[in-house]
Amino acid sequence: MAVVFEPTKGLTSKPFHYCPGCTHGIIHRIIAESMVELGILENTVSVASVGCTYNSYDYFACDAVQAAHGRAPAVATGIKRSLKDKVVFTYQGDGDLASIGTAEIVHAAARGEKITTFFVNNAVYGMTSGQMAPTTLLGQVTTTSPFGRDASYQGYPINVSELISNLTGAVYVERVCLTDYKNIMNAKKAVKKALQIQMAGLGFTMVEFLSTCPTNWGKEPVEAMEWLKEKMIPQYPLGCFKGADIDVNNLAKKEEA
Amino acid sequence: MAQKRVLMKGNEVIAEAAIRAGCRNYFGYPITPQTEVMHYMAKKMVQIGGNFVQAESEVSAINMVYGAAAAGARAMTSSSSPGISLKQEGISYIAGAELPAVVVNIVRAGPGLGGILPAQSDYFQAVKGGGHGDYRNIVIAPASVQELYEMTVEAFNLADKYRMLAMIMGDGTLGQMMEPVAFRDEEPIEKIEKPWAAVGRGGRDFHNTVTSIYIDPDDLEAKNKELSEKYAYIQENEVRYEEIGTDDAEVVLVAYSTCSRICKNVIKQAAEMGIKVGMIRPITLWPFPSKIISEVADKPNVKAFLDVELSQGQMVEDVRLAVLGKKPVHFYGRNGGNLPTQKEILDEIIKIREGGNV
Amino acid sequence: MVDFSVILAGFGGQGILSAGKMLAEAALYDDHEVSWFPSYGPEMRGGTANCSVVISDEPIGSPVVNYADVVVCLNQPSAEKFESYLKPGAILIIDSSLFSYEPTRDDIKYIPMPASEIATELGNMAFATISMIGCLATATGCIKRDTFESALYEILPERRHKFIPGNMAAFDKGAEYAQ
Repeated sequence: MAVVFEPTKGLTSKPFHYCPGCTHGIIHRIIAESMVELGILENTVSVASVGCTYNSYDYFACDAVQAAHGRAPAVATGIKRSLKDKVVFTYQGDGDLASIGTAEIVHAAARGEKITTFFVNNAVYGMTSGQMAPTTLLGQVTTTSPFGRDASYQGYPINVSELISNLTGAVYVERVCLTDYKNIMNAKKAVKKALQIQMAGLGFTMVEFLSTCPTNWGKEPVEAMEWLKEKMIPQYPLGCFKGADIDVNNLAKKEEA
Repeated sequence: MAQKRVLMKGNEVIAEAAIRAGCRNYFGYPITPQTEVMHYMAKKMVQIGGNFVQAESEVSAINMVYGAAAAGARAMTSSSSPGISLKQEGISYIAGAELPAVVVNIVRAGPGLGGILPAQSDYFQAVKGGGHGDYRNIVIAPASVQELYEMTVEAFNLADKYRMLAMIMGDGTLGQMMEPVAFRDEEPIEKIEKPWAAVGRGGRDFHNTVTSIYIDPDDLEAKNKELSEKYAYIQENEVRYEEIGTDDAEVVLVAYSTCSRICKNVIKQAAEMGIKVGMIRPITLWPFPSKIISEVADKPNVKAFLDVELSQGQMVEDVRLAVLGKKPVHFYGRNGGNLPTQKEILDEIIKIREGGNV
Repeated sequence: MVDFSVILAGFGGQGILSAGKMLAEAALYDDHEVSWFPSYGPEMRGGTANCSVVISDEPIGSPVVNYADVVVCLNQPSAEKFESYLKPGAILIIDSSLFSYEPTRDDIKYIPMPASEIATELGNMAFATISMIGCLATATGCIKRDTFESALYEILPERRHKFIPGNMAAFDKGAEYAQ
């Protein structure tokens, strides 16, 4: 009998611990599928960070290193520099990447580290229970902005992809969402493209995923998805900020200097 | 075979020793008085095809070490006191994930920005923790440029052997000074397999994970017990010290690194005056040579100890713990970047004798 | 037995640190124990430089010199500072072409010598410190002339060997002031 569907070998058999309606599961899945489809599962080292995905290594079937909060790009730098022919990616949330790890992500990108960062932006700290993140929207209520984020008091959201795409060392930066089939397929295309560009040795690559956090947003999963579309996308427009012109079908491996 | 002696700066010798020990990954951030380690690495690593990254911060540098070590490579960083404070986060994670790594601290005087001159005021930080959690680092305190070389090579071997962080603790004097050093033709590198490293699965049907997180309390307690057993083994087997003249000494000095050099001259000078002075020089600050100090305290000829440091008294606490009240333990320290003179130490010895403690 | 401490001091750029290094190299060539320690403190940013060199037949204790057998100074602030570091009977050498100085102590040997003039005559300002090493080596006997010359051939790269005769001429000129 022909197999029409099977779980990807890029994931372990361990069930996800994520909340209902959270998109981490989808993101894990498309990254895992991409590793398998690109034939790099045996060649990849992932770097887990601190947040809800601290144990992403339980799910990804590749070798993994767990990093301190915000330090994943530095850890990935150390790994990639000593394993130049391997694929290295970090998986980071918005608190990890855009708050405590701002220096690490900016400089890894500026150095053009040949790593890929998967940045999951759900506008809130998930694991520590719903505090304001650097990406929290103006007016958004969180446990540390209980009256809504007030620009005059708490400043403005950081648009990470726009920021990183300004750095010469970053060669591919794209923001995607996972609200429907079309967007998920588009997100997967971005994941593969980022990994392929890394394999070609062109420089730093990043995919930002707009993600939901129904638990900490206090919304039902469907409602959360609608809120993402209505509120988050206007602040964080989708699209490719850098490297749209890179053709993945025409990538020659860049010679190591 | 030892080669001909050449005159080299301590900091440069550390870098050369690391390269000779097979380290091909250096990550650092500039800070006086250790920056020559970096300068040397910046040039040499590129020439030999190794990795040199000037990190954006000390925090990133130690995390790059964490990454390279997790990938099974020999990796190091170097810094001086304020920078080592910043590295403590990574040092704790390295301990938790049981990664072999070498960190060099060319200590300068603190607290805060302090000064840039030599000190030994990071003893507590180095041997009592520094970062969070129940952990230890192997801490080695060379006293000469020759020892900086030999012990840096050894630090890499010990780090690999025990899967833990080995720290070379020098000070501004040792890092900045030039002294003759004779390199070996071949280094005694202990090649240790690292099947746990995250290098990509390859042919394995399981994946390796390098982590320090154990959410289940029983798992974490078991992990801590396992670490403790390792540390106990190291305390039993890896203590290094130098013992001078304790068989007939009235006063026994306890001093490490730069201070021990000055104390050696004091011993000679005292002997000329008919005063018998001995010394225990801890070479490993952790594991600390408590046992030998305790044994020396039992000797009837030994009337008192004098601990000499470039601090307000840090190692002296461990000396007192080892002596356990059997004999008086005195302290003399200089601070702020000043070194004690021979005369100052000798005066202390004379004062101790006159005070009736001998 | 050799046991000998030197402080060399002046402005940055006068070749103080390299002169000290050369002295240390020569002593090492002669198979002594030796240490060289530079000032790296904040004063370095103010443009002054000094280094301590210890030469001994025994393992060296502190490489930081507080009691010197010789102090060599190329500027007045250094002479004022380091005169007090001299042991009784020790030697203070200054470059009298650059400044004049009256020592405050009468228990030391004072040698003002026109090091920069010597260097100008020999056509290379780098020889100023060499002439002062010639003076201190001769006055103390810590390094023999021939040892110093052989050491230069050993430590200098081949392309700089052509400067060695000039160095030795400066050394000899300096030696004349040691009497």
